Amino acid sequence: MRLAWREAVMAFRRAPMLNALSITTIAFSLFAFGLFGLVALNMSQALTRLEDRVEIRAFLGDGTASEAAATALGDITAFPEVASAALVTPQQALDRARKELGEFNDVFDAGLLPSSIDIHLKPGFRDPEHVRAVAARIKTYDFIEDVRFGEEWVEKLHQIRNIATLAGTALGLTFAIVAVIIIGSTIRMAILARAREIAIMRLVGATDRFIRAPFLIEGSLKGTLGGVLALLLTWATNEIIGRVAFSAAFFDLRLSILGIFAGALIGLGGSAFSVGRHLRDV
Amino acid sequence: MIRFTRVRKEYPRTGVALNDVSFQVNQGEFVFLTGPSGAGKSTILKMIFADELPTSGEVKVANVSSATLKHRDVARLRRKLGIVFQDFRLLEDRTVEANVSFALEVTGAPRSVIGSRVARVLTQVGLSSKARALPTELSGGEQQRVAIARALVNDPVVLLADEPTGNLDERATRGVFELLRDINATGTAVMMATHNLELVKRSDCRTLEINRGQLVFDSHEPMTGQGER
Repeated sequence: MRLAWREAVMAFRRAPMLNALSITTIAFSLFAFGLFGLVALNMSQALTRLEDRVEIRAFLGDGTASEAAATALGDITAFPEVASAALVTPQQALDRARKELGEFNDVFDAGLLPSSIDIHLKPGFRDPEHVRAVAARIKTYDFIEDVRFGEEWVEKLHQIRNIATLAGTALGLTFAIVAVIIIGSTIRMAILARAREIAIMRLVGATDRFIRAPFLIEGSLKGTLGGVLALLLTWATNEIIGRVAFSAAFFDLRLSILGIFAGALIGLGGSAFSVGRHLRDV
Repeated sequence: MIRFTRVRKEYPRTGVALNDVSFQVNQGEFVFLTGPSGAGKSTILKMIFADELPTSGEVKVANVSSATLKHRDVARLRRKLGIVFQDFRLLEDRTVEANVSFALEVTGAPRSVIGSRVARVLTQVGLSSKARALPTELSGGEQQRVAIARALVNDPVVLLADEPTGNLDERATRGVFELLRDINATGTAVMMATHNLELVKRSDCRTLEINRGQLVFDSHEPMTGQGER
């Protein structure tokens, strides 16, 4: 293993230009993928923020006993889809209406508005199907007069989420495939440049495993370095956008490490594939 | 030690390269493989180090048969052989010493053994003073000596040389040939493909002549190196 590491490091030192070129190619391929990831991340966060506003409002009938409302509130809070539920008194409803809608500024009688239970759903349960199911369950309380959740808006939001997910997956896959192809070709070039060395290794009795090991180490190292460089480029781009246009979210530590790990994995996979193919062909 | 039994080799594009070739080389022999270019000399050598497999017939080398040879056995077989080519096939970015030790490292030999064995073979080929030189800093004859040192370092049972003097001037040719005879004298069988008929004539070694893929002449006088000297 020590020999394999030595060979891998020597390969770096022997052809610094070629190796710098392949690391840069890997970095730019992953950078394109990283930029796409950044757009996808920000879109997803924007949609999640919109979805946070999905709310079911269950209006209580006049004269509903406060004990009954409290029991219902407890029941609803315990629904698996529900993140939180709160009882809103007529006065609280009026305050909110005044804040949100100017025309309520002249209304002073809180009795005009009904009490309600306002329900927020957990992420993953904000699609029309779940929202409708929860609303239907709430409606079964006989003191609930009406349940509203902006059905049309929830439907549209869900459609946007679906389109974004589909487009994101297709684009992401395309970027990933292009990155893998470019990285694979880069590694293949590096292996072809050392075809003579591989042939000599075979002549003196090196096993395929022995020949493969330094290439796998080299591929992972290049992938990792490419990944780090791509992350730095993506970060720098994000910073520039933040200064000249708008502030956008960046990958957290987990995603950043995952990105570098993906680079290492592509480097390793690309090398394993290319060197395996080369060893089969010669 | 090397046995060809009714070996035929056919390539899909170029047709028959060897046809019904049978011969045996015993331990400690020095054998010339002669014949015009394209006669099949290199194909025979390639079959010995399992770079090619026969289309029919059997090649048996150091008790390994082509009939039962598996891909994973090839590396093990090659460690028992030393192979030298006309174009030396050295790693040009590594020193003489590194080129030779490389052949031992791939076998997983311990580091303590590598140093002394490399020094020994470099002395044997007369290059101990050039251990730190790069192949490009050496003459053709010296480069071929490095290739021979690399081939020797694993103590092979047979040394295969494919036109080892093809790129060398007369003096270097003589030097390399002398070296191969010295190696043979220590008990290592040597099989040398050449079209240098002068060299063949001057020596009294066994000669196999190949023409158009067929063995047309075998002087069949197995001689050990020890016996000659």
